[in-house]
Amino acid sequence: MPRIGVVTFPGSLDDHDALRAVELSGAEAVPLWHGSDSVDGVDAIILPGGFSYGDYLRCGAIARFSPVMDTVISAANKGMPVLGICNGFQLLCEAHLLDGAMIRNADQHFICRDERLRVETVDTVWTCDFRAGDEITIVLKNGEGNYQADPETLKRLEASDQVVFRYLDNPNGSARDIAGITNARGNVVGLMPHPEHSVEALTSPSLDGKPFFSSVLNFLSARV
Amino acid sequence: MPRVVVNVMPKPEILDPQGKAVTGALGRLGFPGMSVRQGKRFEIEVDGDVTPEKLAEIEQAAEQLLANTVIESFEVVTD
Repeated sequence: MPRIGVVTFPGSLDDHDALRAVELSGAEAVPLWHGSDSVDGVDAIILPGGFSYGDYLRCGAIARFSPVMDTVISAANKGMPVLGICNGFQLLCEAHLLDGAMIRNADQHFICRDERLRVETVDTVWTCDFRAGDEITIVLKNGEGNYQADPETLKRLEASDQVVFRYLDNPNGSARDIAGITNARGNVVGLMPHPEHSVEALTSPSLDGKPFFSSVLNFLSARV
Repeated sequence: MPRVVVNVMPKPEILDPQGKAVTGALGRLGFPGMSVRQGKRFEIEVDGDVTPEKLAEIEQAAEQLLANTVIESFEVVTD
């Protein structure tokens, strides 16, 4: 059974939801700890949402230098699937595994709502189970989700098909409606909305989070 | 103890929602014609003298942690 790790940082909130979503997808959920440089031999890693280190300095800036991140960065550079959700996306940007950065939402508000997204590319290990152009609804909740990058970076991301999700109703001022991106290799994906909250009918507006997990499981089983 | 200051500002081309909100509030308070950009100031007390080597170290610390140079610029100033 594939083993998917979820890292808990001081201030992580959604680590347990992510672990539960992994379990529901049929993989083994492995809790990982920020203070250890081991990722326990997992096949994929999720950096969950929350407010690591109280969002002090910048979101994800201090968590980026926790011991586990050196291991995550080197594993990601070797091709391991890594998904950053919300604070995890901010962390991946701070670690320079993904381009750009998040700033305060354009209208200054913390936004919590069901968000409509378009899947722009299925050429990543976390989206290969979608179809390009799929419109999905998953939960969004953040105060600093406004994605920004310099114009050359934006051009490069678009030209190389690295924009993974776009907002259908841009809630926060993100450049080019970008909600999520990937690295050049397609194994590292970050997005602000929360697929791990959208895997059960009882508590979510849709089950549109499930294909994230089936995607990575398909990828991992095809690889063996 | 000698002090070195690192000022961090959002790059000019990056939107500054906080500065914009402050600008709006100033206008409402009767301070028109002022446009604010909001940054951060770090005061660093160093052991011993502020040598060029120490300043280079602080420069490196600012680059690595205090500022995110994707969206922010910084300056190192001796106080």
